[in-house]
Amino acid sequence: MKQFAGVLMLPLVLCLAACGERPQVVNYKQGTYQGKPDTPPYNAAPFNGDKTKWEHALETRAQNQNEYKRIR
Amino acid sequence: MARMKFLCDAERCIECNGCVTACKQENDVPWGVNRRRVVTINDGVPGERSMSVACMHCSDAPCMAVCPVDCFYKTQEGVVLHDKDLCIGCGYCFYACPFGAPQFPQTGAFGVRGKMDKCTFCAGGPEPDGSPEEFAKYGRNRLSEGRLPACAEMCSTKALLAGDADVLSDIYRQRVTMRAARGTAATPPWGWDAAYGRPDAVQGQPVPNAAPPAPAAPGSKS
Repeated sequence: MKQFAGVLMLPLVLCLAACGERPQVVNYKQGTYQGKPDTPPYNAAPFNGDKTKWEHALETRAQNQNEYKRIR
Repeated sequence: MARMKFLCDAERCIECNGCVTACKQENDVPWGVNRRRVVTINDGVPGERSMSVACMHCSDAPCMAVCPVDCFYKTQEGVVLHDKDLCIGCGYCFYACPFGAPQFPQTGAFGVRGKMDKCTFCAGGPEPDGSPEEFAKYGRNRLSEGRLPACAEMCSTKALLAGDADVLSDIYRQRVTMRAARGTAATPPWGWDAAYGRPDAVQGQPVPNAAPPAPAAPGSKS
């Protein structure tokens, strides 16, 4: 009887096996970013979340492109 | 912080392709992909103009609008980036972009359309900042190191500027002022004078040894 029940259960298990599969396609919404989140550039070292310090560093680098200020 | 932008000064670009080389070197860009390139108009003709072109990180980016899987996003600094894990390589962004910025790997004889690759403003992508995964997919994240894109910082003539749009506007405005102080209406500045002007020149007063007029193009009657 147990063997008979096992034979009956086997196709049932095989049929339900596909139900556990994760979806392979992206379920996206129109017009909104669907990828992984990104962190602000000042979050990591060496600025460690200090946005003001980061902006000041970029401002300094940007002014290095102005040779009229560099040569004086 | 306003918007991060590129600005290429066509009067100064000498088509050295240093920006292209710097980009490929810094981001380890594979063969067949050019995130940045130099376009020259009237090549070989006196008065030719060159311009370095890459992703312009549009405020209303058409690539973002047409992407069927919405893998594009814009950072707080106005940099347009994308998630390569989501990209399906359809090429819609390539057709939509007016600058031809999106690139696709061409490893085979007939080309293979893989994940799209484009200029990231040296800002990496949606992976931990400075991680090997980020470098492998998107290149180096100089912005998180407090640095500007390598192409602009390597530009020898400072034709290519990168950074906060307000700062770039100030720099370029100062250049234009210097150029206006050089030459007259009859002899407009050309060549070196147009590119660099003279720091000690006073605006509105032409310098005695103003630049000669630009030579006529071959084939034109003079």
